[in-house]
Amino acid sequence: MTVTIEEPAEPAIEAKRRPGLSIGAAARYAAPIGLVIVFIIFFIATPNFLTVANLTDLLVSASILMVLAMGQQLVISVAGIDLSVGSNLPWAAATLGFAYTHGANLAVAMLLALVAGGVVGLINGLLVARLNMTDFIVTLGTLSVVSGATLLLTGGNTVAVSSPFLQGLALDGVGPVRWFWLVAIVAALLTAFLLFKTKTGTHLLATGGNLDAARGTGIHVARTRLLAYLLSGLACGVAGILLVARTGGADPSLQTELLLSSIAAVVLGGSSLFGGRASVLGSAVGAVLLTSLINGFTLIGISQNYQPVAVGAVVLGAAFISRFQK
Amino acid sequence: MTARQDEATVNDTKPEGPPLVEIRGLTKSFDAVRALQGVDLTISQGTVTALLGDNGAGKSTLVRCLTGVHEPDDGEILFRGERIKLGSPDDARHLGIETVFQDLGLIEDLQVWQNLYLNRELTKGVVPLRILDKKQMIARSATILADLDVNVPNVRATVRRMSGGQRQSVAIARAANWGTTLVIMDEPTAALGVRETAAVEKLIGRLRSNGVTVLLVSHDMDQVMRVADRAWILRRGRTAAHRRVSETDGGELVGLITGAIAGDADA
Repeated sequence: MTVTIEEPAEPAIEAKRRPGLSIGAAARYAAPIGLVIVFIIFFIATPNFLTVANLTDLLVSASILMVLAMGQQLVISVAGIDLSVGSNLPWAAATLGFAYTHGANLAVAMLLALVAGGVVGLINGLLVARLNMTDFIVTLGTLSVVSGATLLLTGGNTVAVSSPFLQGLALDGVGPVRWFWLVAIVAALLTAFLLFKTKTGTHLLATGGNLDAARGTGIHVARTRLLAYLLSGLACGVAGILLVARTGGADPSLQTELLLSSIAAVVLGGSSLFGGRASVLGSAVGAVLLTSLINGFTLIGISQNYQPVAVGAVVLGAAFISRFQK
Repeated sequence: MTARQDEATVNDTKPEGPPLVEIRGLTKSFDAVRALQGVDLTISQGTVTALLGDNGAGKSTLVRCLTGVHEPDDGEILFRGERIKLGSPDDARHLGIETVFQDLGLIEDLQVWQNLYLNRELTKGVVPLRILDKKQMIARSATILADLDVNVPNVRATVRRMSGGQRQSVAIARAANWGTTLVIMDEPTAALGVRETAAVEKLIGRLRSNGVTVLLVSHDMDQVMRVADRAWILRRGRTAAHRRVSETDGGELVGLITGAIAGDADA
């Protein structure tokens, strides 16, 4: 399958409008540039960073973020934002854990995790697209509601899930290629296919780029926005399964850092927070970049407490850079 | 002056077709504001009809009634002689009525061909997996624009990179391209320079010779004299007068718009 992940850059028509090395141009390539810088810094700082074992592990933990970032990418494409990711992820994981420990077949439990994530996405979509409520208030609201629902479901305790299949998913792979990577790559390819190869993708970008104009051509903008939120919810379901596989249980606590990182990955990747512009490859690289940052910090022995500071700073930096994109 | 007369002669050589749209006694009020108070207007097939009037005369309201955005309170709209009800923009679109509003309705981050084919994308493949036929759309876009003599250097450039005139032309080409019978243009050259205005006017002429009917809202009397066949003048929500462009001049049109010259209905 050959899928072009990024649209080829169009030749510049009016050269005078594009100064050679503007901040806007840097914004487009923030993720790859940042990734190279971070790799060089950690390579110099510690011999343990650039090793096969560490990079393998790094990419495994980046996979969860990458799946989340793909959902976030779709929502940001329609000029929205999905803050509920932070609780939808543990909610999907808890649903899996709850169902599995209550005797459900693993396949059924995994399916329920997808449904749980999808339902939250559907509710977000209905409220934002059909009732025209403000996206960040809606998803902030569901962030809290779903977080509470997760605590109620689990009693606030981590649910241990011991399943050989999930263990295999987290630890094995095809030769050197880990299953987690494959899941993340498939998620990225599907997202790229949807955005750049289908009618629906064009409509997602058009809706995000100019809602009124998109509606003017007869595009069902409500349906299109709803789809983006629904798919982001499903991505949380997939990521929830990965999270349970990786940690051997379902931790009901809020995943604020993954939420922030999912937005940061998309913005670092060169997508516009104003919608209408997407780069799947960029978001994937952004996810690897953010994971590398945390991984490197851990290796160097910087206190865990600095990690939210670092992630937050990157989010603010990304937001600053994206200011120059329009 | 001779050029204008030549133009007028050109206009005259083409006989006016049967009426495409007839508007009779249209009224529309917004709360206390009576925007339209009985407007009559006929748009003949294959002509360029100018809609003139000062600000607040009711031009925009009339256009919005024709595009299904507003529903008139009273009066009727006939399309090819049949009475129609335009409840939504989709209704208008199904009849082949396309509008180029001043904001153009283009998506800046999409490329020219994507804009031309927006929501009319060509796809290939079998049903569950229909993918965009980019090659076909790009090739046809180039043809569409070439046929209309629209000068866009590359259909793969994003609209963001286009000049005002190029954007206007792309928007008009899109409106005119889908079996369209009537293209309504709301001050298409208001924001354009001299050369770009000339290009857009040429494009309007092209549409006319291709058999597309045009309703042109304009404030530029010289432009109306150059491109239109007939002009309808609204004043305070009523039809004040209508003129064959070949039988009037800019001075009279301005007089009819301001009320300095009594309209046909003022008698």
